[in-house]
Amino acid sequence: MNGEPLLAVSGLGVHFRMGRQEVQATRDVAFSIQPGERVGIVGESGCGKTVTGLALLGLLPAATSRVEGSAMFEGQNIIGLAPRALRRVRGRKIGMIFQEPMSALDPVFTIGQQIGETIRVHFGATREDARTRAVAALASVGISSPERVHDSYPHQLSGGMRQRAMIAIALVCEPRLLIADEPTTALDVTIQAQIIDLLLDLSSRTGTALLFISHDLGVIAETCTRMITMYAGQVVEDAPVDFALVRPRHPYTSGLLRSLPRLSPRGAALPSISGRVPSLRDMPAGCRFAARCAHAQPGCDAPQIMASAAPDHLVRCARHADLDLPGALTELEKVA
Amino acid sequence: MTQPIVAVENLRVLFPTRDRKETVKAVDGVSFAVQPGETFGIIGESGSGKSTLGRAVVCLLKPTEGRVLHNGGNPHDLSAAELRRARREYQIVFQDPNAALNPRMTILRSVREPLDIAGTVPSGDRDRVALEMLDRVGIAPEFSTRYPHELSGGQKQRVNIARVLTVRPKLIVCDEVVAALDVSIRAGILNLFADLQREFGLTYLFITHDLGVVSHVSSRIAVMYLGAFMELGAPEALVSRPYHPYTEALMSAEPVPLPSHMRTGQRIVLQGEIPSPTNPPSGCRFRTRCPIAKDLCASKTPDWREMEPGHFAACHFAEPRP
Repeated sequence: MNGEPLLAVSGLGVHFRMGRQEVQATRDVAFSIQPGERVGIVGESGCGKTVTGLALLGLLPAATSRVEGSAMFEGQNIIGLAPRALRRVRGRKIGMIFQEPMSALDPVFTIGQQIGETIRVHFGATREDARTRAVAALASVGISSPERVHDSYPHQLSGGMRQRAMIAIALVCEPRLLIADEPTTALDVTIQAQIIDLLLDLSSRTGTALLFISHDLGVIAETCTRMITMYAGQVVEDAPVDFALVRPRHPYTSGLLRSLPRLSPRGAALPSISGRVPSLRDMPAGCRFAARCAHAQPGCDAPQIMASAAPDHLVRCARHADLDLPGALTELEKVA
Repeated sequence: MTQPIVAVENLRVLFPTRDRKETVKAVDGVSFAVQPGETFGIIGESGSGKSTLGRAVVCLLKPTEGRVLHNGGNPHDLSAAELRRARREYQIVFQDPNAALNPRMTILRSVREPLDIAGTVPSGDRDRVALEMLDRVGIAPEFSTRYPHELSGGQKQRVNIARVLTVRPKLIVCDEVVAALDVSIRAGILNLFADLQREFGLTYLFITHDLGVVSHVSSRIAVMYLGAFMELGAPEALVSRPYHPYTEALMSAEPVPLPSHMRTGQRIVLQGEIPSPTNPPSGCRFRTRCPIAKDLCASKTPDWREMEPGHFAACHFAEPRP
């Protein structure tokens, strides 16, 4: 559709060693991100969305994990890159922010030292120069007293302030891609609104592409232009957000959207997805959602491939053409 | 008017800070009454005092000032033995289903424990009662011999619900009971709460930060900020025509999974953060973040006014609508 993607992931799989066994956490994950695009990965706990982000950054423990597949970033495969080469990409070209800023920041260094380190490592800046740029970076993420925050330790800041500081650290090198893993989940809703606005503003101002990992469909809808749904370690749907919300093609995406309370009249029973995600040790060969799916048929026990359901809309469901699945709109909204 | 199952009158719960120099005003003058059979929702951000309020309602905390009345009586006037008996009717379920279960006890023992303590059921029948409750919340009998770590989060929360139900409570405080659960699991637990309410005639005090959840389950919702109520009303009224600027901002901040062309409402992004409850702002405690604050808001605490029948708000500038 567009030119060369910024990031093209294909066949990405993550295996973990557990004792003598090896389990596969994600399988055949493939997607791409265009320069400046904002892509969301949505899914429930254990679906592999965080592991995918960590694998792209080379942050999985080498002793207990194995990553297969490739991720082409600016013409270079960043999977399995040597540590030295990886360090030139990670932090510099690809920034990252995590859910809990308190555990991602080092408690014994000031915020300024932590931003300064990034600037000195990647740009070889002097101490004074690093300070000036760090203070400017803190100001650019909407911190009203950047000098004071620069000299503060993480525990002296509120949760929202810490997340702003994390974003400043991630963006100070002006990366081409920012991987944000549940960056607003630990925050209150009014603070979450501030951080979402900030990320949207920064991404449009600097042209940084965003890979936004979240379990919250509302947050994904407000921040992203494309939505990837993951289930049990696989991508099951990949579509522009507006398409996926209005007319999801995978029963799991539809189920997630329908279980939100806003769609049901007060007090009425909420549609829920019965059963639970299959265990990693006991993954079915066919459709991984079939056991919980209301539309499952005998054919669903064959392995499912990602197929085109509509232009720019991929889905991993053999029955996608037969199904007309409800999305995030109420009957009333559909008419309007 | 029937006798409220819980009446809270001018409740204040204060804690000393660790250095004992200051006081955290967690709940700072709250009054409301819960009618039998209703679901009273409390929504607020972290630090608003909603969990402290919930704990005070079930006598896990003692009021510093004011009263919490159970069916018209003050449980803190009872003797220790009487209180232990009386509080069985007022139970609480917490957010973290792991932390609430003893990892060294089997599921059956955990669910049976309240019965052992209450002693109301002959010991020979307690396993049977516990198994019946587990069955009622959707936990198959084979799980009863397992340990908490062998269950999923949703299953553990079901076990916690079965556990409080064994002593036949009248009111359950639900403190962020679905916050730790995945979306698809959440719906099942909310449905279970609704079914149990019908079946056992339960009253809920439903505490959450999630607007979608609270407006789905509640008959009335109180909006709490820094230890005080800002607004109280029916969910439809709060969502469609809020009187308090904080309610309005809270509603508009909630991310909605709608396609871009349907997200019409302009989002109100509040500046700054919730102030410290050790030293809340004078006058209206929301004024430091309020988009319409004036001088009056710093000098005078707004009255709690009934804007329309059953719909209250505490804002100087709220105008009754025709």
